[in-house]
This record gives sequence, C-alpha cells and structure tokens, in this order.
Amino acid sequence: MYAQMPKRPMDDLKRYAGLVWMALGPITIAFLMRTAAAEIAKNPVIDTMIQWGVFVVIFIPIAVGLVMFGWYAWKGEYMEGVKD
Amino acid sequence: MDQPANQTKNLRKVIWASSLGTLIEWYDFYIFGSLATVIAGQFFPKENPTAALLSTLATFAAGFIVRPFGALVFGRIGDMVGRKYTFLLTLVIMGGSTFAIGLVPGYATIGFAAPIIILVLRLLQGLALGGEYGGAATYVAEHAPAGRRGFYTSWIQTTATLGLFVSLGVILLTRQVLDSDPSVSISKFNDWGWRIPFLLSSVLVVISVYIRMKMSESPMFAELKAEGKTSKNPLKESFGHKTNLKMVLLALFGTTMGQGVVWYTGQFYAQSFLENVCRVDFAQSRTILIWSILFATPFFVVFGHWSDRIGRKWIMLIGMALAVVTYRPLFRMMERISDPTHMTEVNEPFALSEHVFDAPQPDGAITEVTRTHRFTNGTVVTGTYSYNAEDVIVPRGGKDGTVNKQLGPVPYWQIVGIIFIMILYVTMVYGPIAAFLVELFPTRIRYTSMSLPYHVGNGVFGGLTPFIATLLTTIHLKDPLVGLWYPIGVAALCFIIGALYVKEDVRPNAQTTDG
Repeated sequence: MYAQMPKRPMDDLKRYAGLVWMALGPITIAFLMRTAAAEIAKNPVIDTMIQWGVFVVIFIPIAVGLVMFGWYAWKGEYMEGVKD
Repeated sequence: MDQPANQTKNLRKVIWASSLGTLIEWYDFYIFGSLATVIAGQFFPKENPTAALLSTLATFAAGFIVRPFGALVFGRIGDMVGRKYTFLLTLVIMGGSTFAIGLVPGYATIGFAAPIIILVLRLLQGLALGGEYGGAATYVAEHAPAGRRGFYTSWIQTTATLGLFVSLGVILLTRQVLDSDPSVSISKFNDWGWRIPFLLSSVLVVISVYIRMKMSESPMFAELKAEGKTSKNPLKESFGHKTNLKMVLLALFGTTMGQGVVWYTGQFYAQSFLENVCRVDFAQSRTILIWSILFATPFFVVFGHWSDRIGRKWIMLIGMALAVVTYRPLFRMMERISDPTHMTEVNEPFALSEHVFDAPQPDGAITEVTRTHRFTNGTVVTGTYSYNAEDVIVPRGGKDGTVNKQLGPVPYWQIVGIIFIMILYVTMVYGPIAAFLVELFPTRIRYTSMSLPYHVGNGVFGGLTPFIATLLTTIHLKDPLVGLWYPIGVAALCFIIGALYVKEDVRPNAQTTDG
C-alpha cells in the first residue's frame, strides 16, 4: 500500500518515528518494572505493592498499544492519502 | 414555529438533558475523591491493615481499572441497544451508588462490612462513569448539525469541570452551615454531615432521569437501527479490525493521553500542590479553584465553537504545548507568591506557645515555638517552628513547620490568575475533543470506540497524575516541582504524535463519518 502512494515530505518522518514508538513500549515497561521493584524493596508494605502492581499491570497493555501504534506508523498506515 | 427554530429548540433540550446528567455523574464521582480523608476516617481505619488495603483498592481500582472497563461494557450496550437507554442506565447506577454511600453505616457500627460495601459502591461509580461520557457526547453530536458539533458538544465538555465546581461548593457550604461556630460545624461535618452531599445526589439524579426519559433516541442511531445496520459485535469491530483499531490508538496517543494529564494537572494537582507544598488553608485552596473554574469554564464553549471553524487539531495541540512550556514557571510562581520569606512581616510575630528543649535535638533544634505571623499583604501564617542556636528555622520532615496559611487578597488573586491560566489550557485541550472523537469513528461503533481511548487517556494517564507527581516528590525531595515532569513528558509525547499523525480534516460539513 505504502509503495503505491505518492510520497509527501512528512511521510518518511512518520514512518521512521514509528520505530521510536515501537521501542518506547518495552523501554517504558522495563523502566516501570525496575522502579516498582526498587520502591517495593524500599517499603515492602501492602499499599506500596498494590500501587506499583496496579501501575505495572495497567501500563503493560498500554505499552503493547504503543508498539502496535508504532508498527502501523512504520507500515505507513497513517500517511496522507492512505484509504482503508 | 418554523422548522429551524423547532430544531434549535429540540437541540437545546438535548444538550440540557445530556449535560445535566453528565454533570451529576461527575459531581457524584468527585465528592468521593474530595471527601476521601473523611471517608477514610469513617470506613477505612488506618490501624486496621485490611481496611487500609480496601481503601487503596477503592482509590486505585475505581479510577484506573474500572473506568476503561465501564467504557467497554456500556459502549458495547450503547452501540447495540442505543445511546439513550445506556446513558440512562449509567446515570441510575451512578446516582444509586452515590446515594447508597451516604447511607452506609461506618466501620465502628458494622465492622468490615462497611469498607467492603463502600469499595463495591465506588467500583460501581467508576463503571458508570466509564459508560456515561461517551454516551452523552455521542448523543449530542449525533443530534448536532454538521459543522457545529464542536460548539454543541462543548457544553458536554463543561460538565466535568462544573461537576468539580458544584462538588467543591456543596462540600464547602455543608461544612459551614451545620453550626454557627465554624469549628463545631466542621466537627459535625466530619462526623455525619459528609453524608449530605451524597444524599443530595439522589434528588439531582431523579430530576435528570426524568428529563432524559422524555428524550428520543439519537437520529443517526435510530436510522441505523431501523435499517438493521447496527453492529452485532462492537468490541470486535472496534478493536479487532485494523481499520478502526489504528484510529483508536491514534486517538489515545495523539490526543486523549495529553489531554488527560493537562486536565488533571490544572484541576487536581494544582490544588494538591497548593495544599501540600504551598501549605495554603484547606478552604482557601478550594475557593481559589472555584474562582478559577468559574472564570475559565466559558472557554470550553469558545474553543469548541472555534474548532468548528479552524479545526480541532491545533487548538488541542497548542493547549498541550503551552502546558509543556509553562507548567514549571507557573507552579514556581505559585510557590513563590505563597512563600512568606518573600513577604514583609507587619510586626513581631505573636507567640502562642514556646517550648525549650532540655538538650539540643539531633537536628540542632533548641526551641519549638507556635507562632502567628502577619504580613503586609494580608497573609497570616500559623505554624510550629523549631529553631537552632543561630535562631534559624530547622525544617522537620522536609517541611518548615507551617500548619496553616491564609493568603492575603493580592497573593490569593494572583494564584487564582495562575490556576485560571492552567484551566484555560484545559479548555483548549478538552473543549474540542468530544467532537474530534465522535468524528473519528463510524456511528455503528462510535460509543465503544471513542469511550475506551477517552477513559484510558483521562482515567489512567490523567488520573495517575496526582499520584505519580506526588510520588516523584517523595523520591526527589530537593525539587518540589519534580512531579511536573510526568504531565510534561506525557503531554510532550502526545503533542509530537498528534502533530505528526492526526489529520486536520475535521470534515465540518460531513453528515456522518460512516462513509
């Protein structure tokens, strides 16, 4: 689909930025899990565990969504003129 | 009466019915949050770890997990059964839960049943809120003429802020009217008066349900239903097909995520910052917010209306960009304006009590004095301060000892102005967003598709702002503004994604976005 479309100035930027969004997903989760582990170790009470547990659990699907968003961007799904 | 006049009258009714119900739902949701401390004292005693655990669950689960879940549950019903009956149902669930919270006996009376019932009711509130907004926005947008969706849906957008306004007003009023002696009144409020704002909700809900029941179904959805073209599986169509899923993801990462953090920073973190960092008096910090909201609310309609003319994308993105660039200077100004070290004291402070330690404390303190300081700008500060041998204040627990700060008129209105600016950003990002989301998705799966990114953006990214920002200040003690990096980072990322990928074709003349 991408190859058939006439290229516009922002198209390459949109596509390559997709790689950044794909990378951001796992980086965010790794950072979050590391921080959660450190904070729970610092204060191992149930409140801290629940708070950080909720953060991690809820951000994992969001990070997966960011990776998918990056993938679609990389595939040129958001470029001008792309029809569904 | 001619047809256009009739249409306008009908549209006004639609907006009124939808907005009133949504406002009540926000009111219901906020009073729990605003009275969290009082509720915790009644239902979640800290000395009991299980009750404290339920309290944490009530706080976190209702806002972050249940809201998006409610968006899915009620979005699906709304796309299959209809908008009208779905947001009638969410209103009844929300109103019923709120009223019930006002009736539940405390922990001291019924023990563990109390926090468990409160947790369940709070979860129901979150669920209902997740279903309400998408329905109201969709319902109004599907009645609105093409090219005016931004203007008409902006009335729905005012309700979240007005709901906060009404909840703060009702709480402050109730705290003051229970007794002629203010301290007795507050004590009565903490004891039983806190139930009044919850019980009051039932009256509002009954009125709103009555008004909504008289409304007809959205014309676009009614047409779809008559033709037998409604979705059989809205969840699968919304999130299982690439065509729609990619727009859901764009809506989340390119608009609602940034909008959520700007909204919660301007209206919630600002208040928390005033109270916890600037140490401004409880009631005063709330009246500051009330004034700012009052002055800023009309701008939801201004920006919504404007978005019909010039497009929605850049109004929202400029709001985010302004937040990214100015949050730190604005919060620094608030801190400086309320800081007594930048004020001139009228005369010698009035000492209420003084205690000299037998020996110097480990932090060097030799005396502890409770004092009232009066400043030329009208500010009055009361606090218990520890002094060392050089007569310098020794901060304890990272705080200078101030326990109450009543700002004078000049700093008070300066801070109202600063929060007004932050809420103005909220109106820029939030005013046009309902119309933007509605136009992004087709009628048959609109309720489901727009509700999820809205509630993930607002419930998760936005709702976490006060927690993450406060958490950051506990990790990095030296910088009181460190918490702002969370909303700044999220809004900056959203701005970049939105600027790159969101298209500006709001299609103001399109009758429907199904095509």
